Amino acid sequence: MRWAVLQCPGSNCDQDAFHVLKHVLGQEVEYVWHKETSLQGADGIVLPGGFSYGDYLRCGAIARFSPIMPAIKEAAAQGKTVLGICNGFQILCESGLLPGVLVRNNSLHFRCETIPVRVEQTENRFTHRYKVGQVLHLPIAHGEGHYVADEATLDSLFANKQVLFTYSDAQGGTSPGSNPNGSQRNIAGITNREGNVLGLMPHPERAAEKILGSDDGLGIFESILVHHGASVPATA
Amino acid sequence: MIRAQVIVRPRASIFDPQGDAVGRAIQHLGVSSLKQAHVGKFIELELDGDDVEAARTQLETICKDLLSNPVIEDYALTLHPIGKDA
Repeated sequence: MRWAVLQCPGSNCDQDAFHVLKHVLGQEVEYVWHKETSLQGADGIVLPGGFSYGDYLRCGAIARFSPIMPAIKEAAAQGKTVLGICNGFQILCESGLLPGVLVRNNSLHFRCETIPVRVEQTENRFTHRYKVGQVLHLPIAHGEGHYVADEATLDSLFANKQVLFTYSDAQGGTSPGSNPNGSQRNIAGITNREGNVLGLMPHPERAAEKILGSDDGLGIFESILVHHGASVPATA
Repeated sequence: MIRAQVIVRPRASIFDPQGDAVGRAIQHLGVSSLKQAHVGKFIELELDGDDVEAARTQLETICKDLLSNPVIEDYALTLHPIGKDA
């Protein structure tokens, strides 16, 4: 499977995503600079974390108008896999590829820690290697991860099984205390209606090798590979 | 020349944690009558030309697409002509 990892000025998780795809999973992967206009036929696109364009104006607001974005929108429309992590999630929301928007954490604190995240849905290309209700331990590192959308949008996201991840406690329970940023309905990650574009605030690429503490995030990448008919290497 | 000023503010229905924190600080400093505080953005632009209405049409689009996010923010755009030396 061919992958492209987007690089904007201020991206800082691009090398982590590249490393996991290339060295952990043995995939073909290229960086794509934001000023380029082609994804070179990639089947999977990662919009990585960071602070694209300094997060000026709003997170993702300026990256949305990058020269590469029309190609990313076209790839999404063609059903290719688009994965936005952290700042990538923010860019996908600003660009309209995902509904809603991410705003300042309720606490105003930048939250950088490993937290429990519950898998809500598994009948899709991103999470079919997990079980419903499974609790993953994934790192978060964000100041603006508070997901906001109107009530009708929130209802439709759940009704259409687009909410793949929610913040939970270690037992998988949901409470205000298990919500690190104030996200409505504890939302941590959603897909578009078609199910080929995922945005999430936690960092699966930072939890993809046991030697680094956790490989709970690897299942997302493995699920995508299986969906695209690629072989999944033994990693353990 | 035309000067455009844009005020972007969080929508009333969206919790504004910055406004909340600033409001608490103002109350802490003794302004017990404070009811609400909102923190937004002020953006000032200068444009060549003197066709205010044409500039307004262009900038309304920019306000909607770039300077604000209608999911969470409202904006107010004002324009006025300015002298060459201004």
